[in-house]
Amino acid sequence: MARPFFAAALCLMITAGSATGAELLAPSELLKLVHQDCGSCHGMSLKGGLGPDIRPQILAHFDVETLSAIVLDGIPGTAMPPWRPLISEADAKRIAEYLLKGEIK
Amino acid sequence: MKWLGLAVAALLVTTPASSEIIVATGDLGLVVERASGSLLLVDQSERGAIARIGGLGDLSHASLVYSPDQRYAYVFGRDGGLTKVDIVKKEIEKRILQAGNSIGGAISDDGRLVAVSNYEPGGVRIFDATSLELVLDIPTGSKTIGLVDAPGRRFVFTLWDAGETWIADLSGKDPVVSKIKDMGQNPYDALITGDGRLYITGLFGEDGLTALDLWEPDPKPIRVLPEYGRGQQDLPVYKMPHLEGWARAGREFVLPAVGHHEVLWIDGESLAETGRTPTHGQPVFAMARPDGRQVWVNFAHPLNDTIQVLDTVTKEVVHEFKPGPAVLHMEFSPRGNEVWVSVRDAGKVMIYDTHTFEKTGEIDAESPSGIFFTARAHKLGL
Repeated sequence: MARPFFAAALCLMITAGSATGAELLAPSELLKLVHQDCGSCHGMSLKGGLGPDIRPQILAHFDVETLSAIVLDGIPGTAMPPWRPLISEADAKRIAEYLLKGEIK
Repeated sequence: MKWLGLAVAALLVTTPASSEIIVATGDLGLVVERASGSLLLVDQSERGAIARIGGLGDLSHASLVYSPDQRYAYVFGRDGGLTKVDIVKKEIEKRILQAGNSIGGAISDDGRLVAVSNYEPGGVRIFDATSLELVLDIPTGSKTIGLVDAPGRRFVFTLWDAGETWIADLSGKDPVVSKIKDMGQNPYDALITGDGRLYITGLFGEDGLTALDLWEPDPKPIRVLPEYGRGQQDLPVYKMPHLEGWARAGREFVLPAVGHHEVLWIDGESLAETGRTPTHGQPVFAMARPDGRQVWVNFAHPLNDTIQVLDTVTKEVVHEFKPGPAVLHMEFSPRGNEVWVSVRDAGKVMIYDTHTFEKTGEIDAESPSGIFFTARAHKLGL
């Protein structure tokens, strides 16, 4: 059985309300989220673990929109969960930019 | 243990040239400081830190095992580092980079071999515990998880991508590796019971777990709770649960569900479901106190500030509290009277009495994660 992350994400959006429009995370909080919590699977230095390596040189072929969509909605059928229930679309975009460029806006 | 007292006594009664400080290690432990690549040596009896040992590389998701004499710790780092730490001298004895990306390790029942499971390159590498020289390389072509020691100089491990469990037997002149297929889709971690009989792997890609009876000459996969999530919506999993040998609680096993906020209870003999307990969040560790009377549970992000304590007779939550932000790990004292809890974002290890739930102490630590007491040296699978 493939785990229906997509449905779960939608369900949570409807019941809990989307986080869109929330205030942006402080840069230090955003860094902590990426390195500690994305890091649960991708490694604290983002070199990969159960999840793949997500350092800038590996992700170079992605654009910001695609990458932030993956962060928000996950990849169904894999262990990548949707983060939409927990973060705003604006913060997902900042995370995508950070992953691609190595710096926080 | 009274370090200073012993040291002073030793200095008083012996000449400086032959002075020998006796260091007993049976009530010591190591706390992984994941961000700074260091270990904090702690003393259970004193509820305090003794020393910090640095230079261990990337310790995110690090774990360690102890030599049978409880003097050496073998530390498995995310960066593929295998470090042998002498906790008597409080220094690194040897460190090698054995792979690009690793996930955990084990020590053989005779204490002579240390094995490491790797994500990159996928497989298991086995080293001489004294010299850290490579003894055997077992490439699997898959991210390799759930590595444990089993009686008879064996190691058991599982392939995340291929859904197979392999058993490496190093008891004879030549190593023998046997492979068991059809363990299930995306096994994420595994445990071996304290008696070495059952190896249980949890599945991420489908509901349930798969067990092997290692007392069988030719173990076959045994499906456990294959439909536990049926009819329920799966929730996102922001951190994979961990499975270790502390799952046995009385006559049952207690195990974290995946994608559901509950722990699962199964009968220790039949492996049939005996109950479920709804929990605060996605369980990460569900750890039975050594006597089996309680189970302590912590949770995945973003609910990781909370611990729930379950009574194993009623299967109900009997205590819930919030030690602080990012509770990553718990370790019981060997007889279970205390539990030590690492609270990463508070920079503390908190200590609690497991009977009264009163806090009995705290220790400063830098982003603490895993806590490992030396009593693990004498337990199979830890």
